Amino acid sequence: MELLLDSLFNGVAIGSVLLVAALGLAIVFGLMGVINLAHGELMMLGAYTTYVTQLIFKLPILKPFYNSYIIVSIFLAFIVSGVVGILLEKTIIRKLYGSPLETLLATWGVSLILQQFVRSVPLAYGTGLVISLLIGLFLPTTFPSKIKESINFKYFKFSSWIFAALTGVLTGSLISSSVSKLSRASARNVDVTAPSWMRGQVEIIGTAFPKTRLMIIVITLISVIAITLFLNQSAWGMRIRAVTQNRQMSDCLGISTEKVDIITFGIGSGLAGVAGVAVSLLGSVGPNVGGNYIVGCFMVVVLGGVGNLLGTVLASFGIGIMTDLIGAGRLLSIWPDMPLPLSNTINFFATTSMARVMIFALIVIFLQFKPTGLFPQKGRMVEN
Amino acid sequence: MRISRRILAGLATASLAVTATSCGGGGTSGSFDDTVTVGILHSLSGTMAISESTLVDTEKMAIEEINAAGGVTVGGKSYKIEYIVEDGASDWPTFAEKSKKLIDQDGVPVVFGGWTSASRKAMLPVYESKDAFLYYPIQYEAQECSNNIFYTGATPNQQSEPATDFMYKRSPAAGGDFFLVGSDYVFPRTSNTITKAQVKQLGGKVVGEDYLPLGNTEVAPIISKIKKALPEGGIIINTLNGDQNVAFFKQIQDAGITPSSGYYVMNYSIAEEEISTIGPEFLEGHYGAWNYMMSIDTPASKKFAASFKKRWGADRVVADPQESAYNMVYLWKQAVEDAGTFDDNAVREALVGQKFDAPQGPVEVMPNHHLSQTVRIGEINSEGGFTILEETGVVLPQAWNQKHPSSKGFACDWTDPSKGEKYKL
Repeated sequence: MELLLDSLFNGVAIGSVLLVAALGLAIVFGLMGVINLAHGELMMLGAYTTYVTQLIFKLPILKPFYNSYIIVSIFLAFIVSGVVGILLEKTIIRKLYGSPLETLLATWGVSLILQQFVRSVPLAYGTGLVISLLIGLFLPTTFPSKIKESINFKYFKFSSWIFAALTGVLTGSLISSSVSKLSRASARNVDVTAPSWMRGQVEIIGTAFPKTRLMIIVITLISVIAITLFLNQSAWGMRIRAVTQNRQMSDCLGISTEKVDIITFGIGSGLAGVAGVAVSLLGSVGPNVGGNYIVGCFMVVVLGGVGNLLGTVLASFGIGIMTDLIGAGRLLSIWPDMPLPLSNTINFFATTSMARVMIFALIVIFLQFKPTGLFPQKGRMVEN
Repeated sequence: MRISRRILAGLATASLAVTATSCGGGGTSGSFDDTVTVGILHSLSGTMAISESTLVDTEKMAIEEINAAGGVTVGGKSYKIEYIVEDGASDWPTFAEKSKKLIDQDGVPVVFGGWTSASRKAMLPVYESKDAFLYYPIQYEAQECSNNIFYTGATPNQQSEPATDFMYKRSPAAGGDFFLVGSDYVFPRTSNTITKAQVKQLGGKVVGEDYLPLGNTEVAPIISKIKKALPEGGIIINTLNGDQNVAFFKQIQDAGITPSSGYYVMNYSIAEEEISTIGPEFLEGHYGAWNYMMSIDTPASKKFAASFKKRWGADRVVADPQESAYNMVYLWKQAVEDAGTFDDNAVREALVGQKFDAPQGPVEVMPNHHLSQTVRIGEINSEGGFTILEETGVVLPQAWNQKHPSSKGFACDWTDPSKGEKYKL
C-alpha cells in the first residue's frame, strides 16, 4: 500500500511538471496550430521572474511579506511571459500564420535571442523593459473611447510609449541600484530558494511527501481547472473555440479573429510563465532551463492528441507514472521473484537514461497505431 | 539608408577595436627584448562559459604575474608573454578547429585549454598530427596518456580513490553501503567503475547506481531508488555535472536525505564556485575531495586567492581547476627557460621533472605527463567553503588506473622511448 502510494505520488509529481510545462503549448500548438519553439524560453522568463521577485521581496519594505513571494511570482510570471508572448504574436507570428515551417524557424530564432538576452542584459534592466512593454501595450487600451476614435489617437499612443519607456528606465535603474545582484549581467545559473514553509516534507498516511512537489501539483491543478473553465464557460473561451473550429465562418459572424489570436497566444505564453515558477522550485534557473523541457512538452501534446486538453492531462500523467515505474524498477518490488530473464530486462531499463529510451520507444510504437494521439481532433481541422 | 550605413561602419570600427584589445596582451614594453604569443582556448559562450571563463581569468593573471616579474628568459633574451584568446563555444568540433587555427595560423608554441573530456578528445588528434602541445587543467577520468598533452588536473587515484577510502573508513557513515549518482557521460561512468572496484576491495557494498542524462533535472526516480537501497542512510558518491547538482541537492533535502538522517554525499565536481551557486544551505555537512581548496592555510594559497580577488573583484573565489590552470602556465615557463628554446620537443623533455611551489603545495611533473599532487578531503561549511578534514602526502598520478579492469597493470612513461603511451608493468 505504502509502495503503491509512493509510486503513484512520484508518477503524479513527474507528470504534473510535464503537464504544467505542456499546458501552454497545448493551447498554442493545439488550438492555434503554431509550432512555438520559444515556448521553453517563455518558461525560462517565468523562472527568472520568480528569481527577481524573490530578490525584490528581500528588500526591507517587503521583507515582512517574504514568505508569500512565491504566490505573487505566479501572477507576475503569467503577466511577464504573457506580455512577451503577445509581443511575439504581434510582431512575428501573425505574419506567418499558415506557414508552419517558417514559424518553426522564426520561433527557434526568438528562443536563441531570448537565451542570449538573459545572459547579456542585467536582470534589473530586463525587468524595466518588461514593464515598459506592459505599459506601452496596455495603456492605450484604457483610454476612453472618445480618444480612441479621434484622429489624433496615434499621438496619444506614441506619448504613452514614451511614458512607458521612461517608467521602464526608471524602474530599471531603481531596481539595479537597490538590488546589487540584479545590476550586472551574468550567464551564471541562479537559484530560487523556496520560502521556509514550502521546504521539507509532510506526512500523509504514513508516507512522507516533499512539500515543493505538492506545491507544483497544486499549481498544475489550479492552472488546468482555470483554463478549462475559461475555455468552456467564458465568452472569450467560446470565441477561441469557434475560431479554432472554423476561422472564416467566425470572422464572418463578427468575431475579431485578430483579438482571439492575441488572447490565445497570450494565455498560452502566460501558462508557460507559470510553468517556469514550478520548475524553478526543482532546479536552478539559467538561460538553458527551457530547452530542457521543450521536447517533453511536444511529446505530451502529440501523444495526447493535438487540440485536446484532456488528452494532454492524461498523456502527461501517463508518461509520469511510466517514468517512475520503469526508471525506479518498481515492478521488481511488486513481484520480487519473477523469472530471471525478465528481472534482468527490468533492471537493465531501471536507470534514468534507459527509462527515457524505453518511454520514447513506447510512444513511437503507440503513434504508429494511433498517429493522431490518444484523443484525435474531429471536425474541420482534420479535413483541412 | 545613409544612416544605417553609417551605423554599420561604426559597428565595424567598434568591433575591430574590441578584437584588437581582446586579442593582444598589450603592447611591447621597452624592458623586454622580444615577445612570445601563447594560445588560450576555452569556452567563452554556451553552457560551459560559466566555468571555463574563470580559467581564462586565471591564466591571464598568471601571464601578467610572469610578465611583471621580467617575462620568460630564453637564451639570455627576455620575452614578454602575449596571448590570443579563442572561444571554443562549448562546442567540441570548434575546439579542434580553433586549435588548428592557433597552431597553423598564429604559430603559438603552446595552447592552454579545454575543460570537458569531450573537448579534449576532440582536440587530441589535432595536437598529435601536428606534434603541437596542449596543456589541460581539469581533474578527469584518466585512461589516456598522450605525448602531446600535459595534464595538470587530478587523475582518479588523486581524487576519488582517497575520497572513497575516507568515506568507507573514517566518515560518520563509515562501513555503510554506497550509492553512485552521476551525469550520463564518460567521466562519471569511468570514475564509478573505479569506485565499484575499490569498494569491493575494501569489503563494502555498492547497492545501486544511476546516471542522469545531461540537461535532465527530474531526479524523483533516483530519490526513490536511493531511499529503497539505503533505507537507514549511507554513502552517496556524486559525480553530477554543474546545474544538475542544484536539482539534486534541492530535491534530496526535501525528501529527507540529509546528513542529519545519516546520508552523506561525497562530491567530485563541486568546488567553491559551485557551492556558491547551489547555496551552502543545501550542501552543509556533505563532503568534497580536491587537490586545492581555498581554505588551505598556507602563505602560497592565501597569496593566490588574494591576487585573484585583487585582479578580478573581491566577490570572486578560486577553486581547484583554477589552481591547476595557474600551475600549468608557470610550469610551462620554467620548462621553456630550462630548455632554452620555445621548440615543442625540447620543452616537452625539459618539462618532466619540473617542480613548482603551487598554492596547494609542491607539485612535480611525472614522466606520464601528469602531476604529483596532494589530496584533501573537506566538509562543506555554512560559509560556502571547505573545512579541511584530512590531507594525504604527495600522491603520484596513474594515467592508467590500477583499479579499472581495462587498465590494471599498465602505465605510461614518455621519457623512455621503449615504454611510451601504455606499457605493461
